[in-house]
Amino acid sequence: MPLHIKRFIFWGLVMLFLLDSAAVYLSDSQGKVSSTLLTQSARDGKLLFQEHNCTACHQLYGLGGYMGPDLTNVISQPGKGESYAGSFIKYGTARMPDFHLTDTEVDALLAYLKSVDKTGNSPIRDFDIQYDGTIRTASKE
Amino acid sequence: MKKEIGLVFIFLALIALVLGLFWGCAGAFQFVFPGFFDAVPFYKTRPLHVSFVISWIVLSAIGGIYYYLNTHFRIPLFSRRMAVVHAWIFGISAALICACYLYGKFGGREYWEFPAVLAIPVFISWFLFGFNYFKTIAKKTGTWPVYLWMWGTGICFFLFTFSESYLWLFPYFRNNIVRDLTVQWKAAGALVGSWNMLVYGTALFVMEKIKGDKQMARSKLAFLMFFLGLANLMFGWAHHLYIVPTAPWIRYLSYAISMSELLIFAKLIWNWRKGLGSIRRGFYFLPYRFLIASDVWIFLNLTLALFISIPAVNVFTHGTHITVAHAMGSAIGINTMILLSSALLIIGEATGYSFSERQKKTINAGFWITNISLFFFCLFLILAGIEKGRLVIENKLSFQDIMLHINPWLISFAFAGLGLFTGLLLVTFHPLLAVAHYLRKKPATVILENSIANS
Repeated sequence: MPLHIKRFIFWGLVMLFLLDSAAVYLSDSQGKVSSTLLTQSARDGKLLFQEHNCTACHQLYGLGGYMGPDLTNVISQPGKGESYAGSFIKYGTARMPDFHLTDTEVDALLAYLKSVDKTGNSPIRDFDIQYDGTIRTASKE
Repeated sequence: MKKEIGLVFIFLALIALVLGLFWGCAGAFQFVFPGFFDAVPFYKTRPLHVSFVISWIVLSAIGGIYYYLNTHFRIPLFSRRMAVVHAWIFGISAALICACYLYGKFGGREYWEFPAVLAIPVFISWFLFGFNYFKTIAKKTGTWPVYLWMWGTGICFFLFTFSESYLWLFPYFRNNIVRDLTVQWKAAGALVGSWNMLVYGTALFVMEKIKGDKQMARSKLAFLMFFLGLANLMFGWAHHLYIVPTAPWIRYLSYAISMSELLIFAKLIWNWRKGLGSIRRGFYFLPYRFLIASDVWIFLNLTLALFISIPAVNVFTHGTHITVAHAMGSAIGINTMILLSSALLIIGEATGYSFSERQKKTINAGFWITNISLFFFCLFLILAGIEKGRLVIENKLSFQDIMLHINPWLISFAFAGLGLFTGLLLVTFHPLLAVAHYLRKKPATVILENSIANS
């Protein structure tokens, strides 16, 4: 393969990649969830979620660890909710450590989980399979 | 009396592999037996395991690149001192990262779970590596084989995607949950693709070396494979995000691109093996054996990858242990087999050390234990994942009920992991001792002599 063709394909792909990256950075979510959903408390909660490495055990949208449950909809799931999640966060369990969080920190984490809950559903249980192997779901408004 | 810098990286890589396996086993047993090894809880053992395994992959690939440039292309490194600084920065960063994990200081992002400030030395070390690499190969005249393109691309994209994975530090990204998840997994997916470029480039180099055929890595097929791999690296990451409510075009683009890379790669190895004479195969017995094992794992992993990249299947498998089986099949079955092949080639050649029959038997036993354990390790994860996916979607059971159902598979997986640890210890023990002995004793000049004598 001549060098100029190699260079053309390579730099062509690089240009497409840069355009794709810019489009991804600028695109919003399917459900029109804007940054206004994250209150200051939720923003603090997001950082606490990272500082305590919650992702080692928990998933959001199926991304993360496997030791604990997916937390995407823990706030709105029937039989669960804020007080249920709050007591786990505050005291831990046999598997989950007690991180000795203050009430403010627990509230911040709950605010973050509430914001996550509003963005969509995980796992997806109600969907239609399309002829081309894709699926169709309803977005959360 | 300077030591060969490539071997220093290989030595560090083998230590990282052993430590990664140790923490992986500890984590697996903590997963199924709560209370096991409480001194270092699971949320600390998992990042230790992940970071050491990533270190094994990148250090062994980097060590190979430094070594091959120096000895096989006969191009002296642009700056050996820069490579030494690279090794030191990497080593010091690794020590600081481990200390952060053990003291519970996290950044909490997948793959890079350390505090964000430690990304600075990691970035600098890669920048030095890239600068040194491009200044070195700029001296090479004639047609460049495809692996030089792959290594250069891997380095550049590592720097880009590593930086991209820290965009969350800006409020524009951090404060929009879906955008943050999308950019995080765009970066993470492409990041894996970028170190795969280093690994697959290494595989092509080792194949060329064993076969003695310089045209293979300059062929049209090799370059088509490279460009397809690059397209996958750039656009194929969104299978992580099928269920995240991103803009739909992101998912469709990824689905359209998905997984052509491995098919072409398998074809290339298949062609290579067909034309290989038995004399060269016997001379490079150990590297050859590990390379062939990677070929088998490519086929197994390809089958799994093709299935889980179909959105209608992905909706059942996403977030289950099938994803882990895919990751382990890639990291151990493909990457580790290729990198062990490269490490054994370098150690044999550079140190001039030839393994005794007894040592070869140990490595051979380790090879079989590793591969058989890995097969069952992945199988148990897939079975656990199928069960979990079914119970979540169809039966709508709670997390606790699901874990009770799949626990027997997970216990079996933990013991298969112990087999994997044992197998890889047997494989790495004698090579590690050989490198340690060599680094203590011999100067680099002898390496060049050995290389010339062997080529």
